[in-house]
Amino acid sequence: MAMLEIDDLRVAFPRGKTDEIEALRGVSLRLEKGERLGVVGESGAGKSMLAFAILNLIAEPGRVSHGEVRFEGENLLDLSDRQIRSIRGNRISMIFQDPMVTLNPVLTIGQQMIETLKAHRRISRREAHRLSVEKLKMVAIPSAESRMDAYPHELSGGLRQRVVIAIALLTDPELIIADEPTTALDVTIQAEIMALILKLCRENDVALILITHDLGVVAEVTQKLMIMYAGKCVEAGDTQTIIGNPKHPYTSGLLQALPQKAERGTKLYQIPGSMPPITALPNGCPYHPRCPRATEECRAFMPDMKQGVACYHPLLSAEETV
Amino acid sequence: MTEVKTAPEPMAATGGETDQPIVETRGLEVRFALPTHFLSREKPVLHALNTVDVAIKPGETFCVVGESGCGKTTLGRAIIGLQEPSAGEIYFNGQRIDQMDERTRKPIRRDMQMVFQNPYASLNPRRNVFDTLAEPVRHLMPEKSTSEVRAQVEDVLSATGCDPSWQRRLPHEFSGGQRQRIAIARALVTNPAFIVADEPISALDVSIQAQILNLLTDLQAERGLTYLFITHDLSVVEHFGTRVAVMYLGQVMELADTTTLFATPKHPYTRLLLDAIPQLEGGSFDKPRTPGELPDPVNLPKGCPFAARCPLATDLCRQERPRLRQLETTATQVACHHTE
Repeated sequence: MAMLEIDDLRVAFPRGKTDEIEALRGVSLRLEKGERLGVVGESGAGKSMLAFAILNLIAEPGRVSHGEVRFEGENLLDLSDRQIRSIRGNRISMIFQDPMVTLNPVLTIGQQMIETLKAHRRISRREAHRLSVEKLKMVAIPSAESRMDAYPHELSGGLRQRVVIAIALLTDPELIIADEPTTALDVTIQAEIMALILKLCRENDVALILITHDLGVVAEVTQKLMIMYAGKCVEAGDTQTIIGNPKHPYTSGLLQALPQKAERGTKLYQIPGSMPPITALPNGCPYHPRCPRATEECRAFMPDMKQGVACYHPLLSAEETV
Repeated sequence: MTEVKTAPEPMAATGGETDQPIVETRGLEVRFALPTHFLSREKPVLHALNTVDVAIKPGETFCVVGESGCGKTTLGRAIIGLQEPSAGEIYFNGQRIDQMDERTRKPIRRDMQMVFQNPYASLNPRRNVFDTLAEPVRHLMPEKSTSEVRAQVEDVLSATGCDPSWQRRLPHEFSGGQRQRIAIARALVTNPAFIVADEPISALDVSIQAQILNLLTDLQAERGLTYLFITHDLSVVEHFGTRVAVMYLGQVMELADTTTLFATPKHPYTRLLLDAIPQLEGGSFDKPRTPGELPDPVNLPKGCPFAARCPLATDLCRQERPRLRQLETTATQVACHHTE
C-alpha cells in the first residue's frame, strides 16, 4: 500500500440549476513515503483543484463528486471535519503561492507558530516556543529567536516563504503539498527556497507534491512527474524519463517550446491555439484541436491512461518530436 | 561619471562602433521621495535608478534583466517618457528628449511605444479592439483620414496574427495570449522604430509564451524594430537577446553581448543569477545556498549595493561604489572592483 493513493478523483461545480461541470475529470495517482511528485500544467488545468481536493478543501458550491483519497489506507473524503483536522496541517501540510496571503498580518511569527503547534499537540507554551525557534533555524532564518516577535510585513518575500515552510514543518508532517511555492519570488530566491525544500524533504523523509508550471523546477526537485491538461492527467511517470523522452504530444510540445531547448536565434516550437476552458471542452481528447498527430479516433474518444500516457498516438522514441 | 557625460562618442559594447544609438541614456537617475514620518526630520529617498548609461543600437534586442526592485521597469518607463528622470539625459536618434515639452515630444512618441506585462490590465475593458488600436493613430498621427486609420488598424491586426473579425469585440472575449497580441498590435499601429517590452510573456501560460516570442521575432525581422526587452527570465534572454544589461538595485552591474555574458559571466551577481536557473537535467539545486536578501533600497549602503551578498566583497566594496567600466580582455562592461 502506498502512503497516498488517489483513485479517479473528480471535482464538480454546478452550472445552472440542474447541470454540473467537472473541473477535475478523474485523476489517479500513487505516492510512496518520502517520494517527491511534480504536477505540471497550465492555468486552469486543474492542478490546484487536485491539491484542494486531496485535503477535502473544495469550497462551496464545488464538491468532490467521485473518487477516493486514501492516506495511509484511510479515505480522507469520508472523514468528519473534526477527524480531518487532525490530518490537515498536521500529518499533511500545505505551502501556498503567496506568503503575504498565507500569514496573518496582525499576529507575530511566533504567535502563529505557537498557535499551530498548540492546535495539534498537547504541549506547553514554552515547549512550543522552543520547537518553533528550532524550525526557524532549520529553514536558515538568521537571528531566529528575535524573528519570533516580528510581524510578516517586517520580513522580505523570501524570508516570509521560509517562515511558511517552517510552519509547514512544525508538526513533522509525512506529506507536504506545495502549490506554486516560488512563483511570487525572484529567481535567486526561488533557487534558495527550492533547494531548501529539497534538502528538508530528503533529510526528514517527507513526501512532496509540488504543483508548478515550471518544468525546470520540477526537474530539479522531483522524482515523479504528472502532466495535467484540461482537468485530466495526460502523462505520468519518472521525471527524468518524461523530460528526456516525452510520450504525449502535449508534453513534447511544452518541452520543445522552452527557450533553453532551442538554438539561439531560431524560432521556438509553438503549440498552436490555447487550452480550452472546462466549460467548452471538445469531444474526445481535449488536446486534439492543438495536436499535430490527432486522428478521427482522437476527435471521437478520450484515450485511457496506458503505460503512463493518455494518447492514441504517443511518441515512441526520444528522437521523435511533434 | 563626468568623463562619460562629456565624451562625444557614447559608450558602446564593442570598440570602433560608429553607429548612432537609437536610444541612449547618460547618467540617468530616478529618485522617489517617500512620505516622511511625522516625528522624523529625515526625508527618505528611494533610488530607483542610479546613474544608468546605456546605448541601444538600431535593430538590436537590448535585454534588461534583474530581480524585482532592480529598476528595470523604471528604466523602460523613463525612456518611453512615463517617468520623469530626476537627473541625467535621454536621447532618441541623437535628439535629447527628456526635457522636451509635450508638444515637441508628441511626434517622437509615435516612434517609441511600449508593451506592458499584464494584458488583463493594459487593455481598457470597455473599449473594443478597433477603438483601442485606432486611438494611438488618431492621437499621434492627426493628419490621417478615417479611412487611413482603418487601413492602418487592419494592417497591424494581420501583421500580429489577429483576426480582422476581432475589431468589434471587447478584451474579455479573448484569452491571455490573444490579448497580448492585441497589446502588441496597439504598440505597433503607429509604425514605431523602438519598442519597450516590459515582461511581455511572464503573465502568459507556458504554451503561449513561445507564440508571443516568435511573433516578436518575426515583427523585428519584418519591420526592423529595436527592442528594449525587460525580463527576469535569463533563458529568454539567452535565446532572444543581442546584448544584455544585468541590473541590481538601480545600477547596471554588467553589460555585454548575450553570448559573451552567458559564456563568461564576469560580475558575481551575474554568476548568482545564472546559477539560479533550474536545469532540465536536474542536480543544480543539490548544493546548499546561502540566503541572500536585497538591501533596503531606501537606505542604500554607500558602497557596492551587492557587497552584502558578494563572495568577493572587501572593505573597498563597502566603502566605494564601483562604476561601470570596460574590461580590457573582453567586450564586457562591469561594475565591480574585483573583476578582471
